[in-house]
Amino acid sequence: MELRETAEEAYREALPALGASLVGGLLAGVVLGGMRAELRAVEGLLVLVPALLATRGNVYGSFGARLSTGLHQGLVEPRVRAGDERVRRAATAALANGLLASTVAAVLAFFVLTLLGAPVASLPVLVGVALIAGLLSGIALTAVVLVVVFAGYRRGRNPDTLVGPLVTTTGDVFGMLFLLVAVRATLSIAGFLGGGG
Amino acid sequence: MLPVLLALTVVELGSGLVLGAFEERLLRAPSLLVLVPVTIGTAGNLGSILAARLSTAFHLGTLSFDPTDDELAGNAVATVALAVTLFPVIGLGAWTLASLVGETTLGPGTVLVVALSAGVTLAVLAVAVTLVATYAAYRLSLDPDDVVIPVVTNVCDVLGVLVLFGAVLVFT
Repeated sequence: MELRETAEEAYREALPALGASLVGGLLAGVVLGGMRAELRAVEGLLVLVPALLATRGNVYGSFGARLSTGLHQGLVEPRVRAGDERVRRAATAALANGLLASTVAAVLAFFVLTLLGAPVASLPVLVGVALIAGLLSGIALTAVVLVVVFAGYRRGRNPDTLVGPLVTTTGDVFGMLFLLVAVRATLSIAGFLGGGG
Repeated sequence: MLPVLLALTVVELGSGLVLGAFEERLLRAPSLLVLVPVTIGTAGNLGSILAARLSTAFHLGTLSFDPTDDELAGNAVATVALAVTLFPVIGLGAWTLASLVGETTLGPGTVLVVALSAGVTLAVLAVAVTLVATYAAYRLSLDPDDVVIPVVTNVCDVLGVLVLFGAVLVFT
């Protein structure tokens, strides 16, 4: 193939997916931009943002890929209500991996910032935020991936091409939204317990 | 899955620390804060799409590691062209959204220049990282599908923050 043809084809094929995740990324940015009070209140939170967003993408991208492989092999029935054992195991593993990676990120961020002598919120607050955000966004993303991939498959779409853009778009938006919810929840719990935040 | 996931988490913390280092500047300019997730995400996406295409070409045997190879050069050109198309939209979109939900401290032109210069730099870096990672996977006899895509996506995430930081320092 000629260079020009290759370039045009690659450009045309990538543009819609990139456009969709651009919209998701901008919406996530609006949430982050509206979180300035929380970012000031929980020092070290901004340091966690890339790790938490990437964890959503890595974990649920892999969950979606497993799901679509299962569908292609005929091992998974494309109905949410089927309560397939294989799907349930994959969803549980994704949630557990996501929570573990989020907690590790929070603990590491706390120790690195402490070592650097940078101001940082208390360890329970950072871990609390990471866990609540991981749990809520995990449940939401599992539901979205299941519903969209199954519905797309039943309508004859290739789930492989749905998973990537779907996870990058919704992962950023849900990741940021539930991070905001988690920070507010953690701060009010910490306030209630009379601990520092 | 888990060891890779944890290694990638450590890499992403690196980019978080860079973000933390210019937190005050970002908090003062909300439109720059809006740019953060979309710049990181688009950089990672450009890298992962290129990596997926090169992996497939590699498996099909149509790819050779030669700068005059049409498959290689065409995909590289497309990556840069996509960045030139998308990042002005990202810059103006970030400024518009930031000004709709609150006050902005920077002009739309500044945010556009920050986004476009960061985007084009990132596209060139994404091409370089993807080529190096795909070539390394080939030399080490690893399947590029398994290794290259997660590595490229997360390295591009980190570069996204670094390049954005550089663009903010230069233009604001």
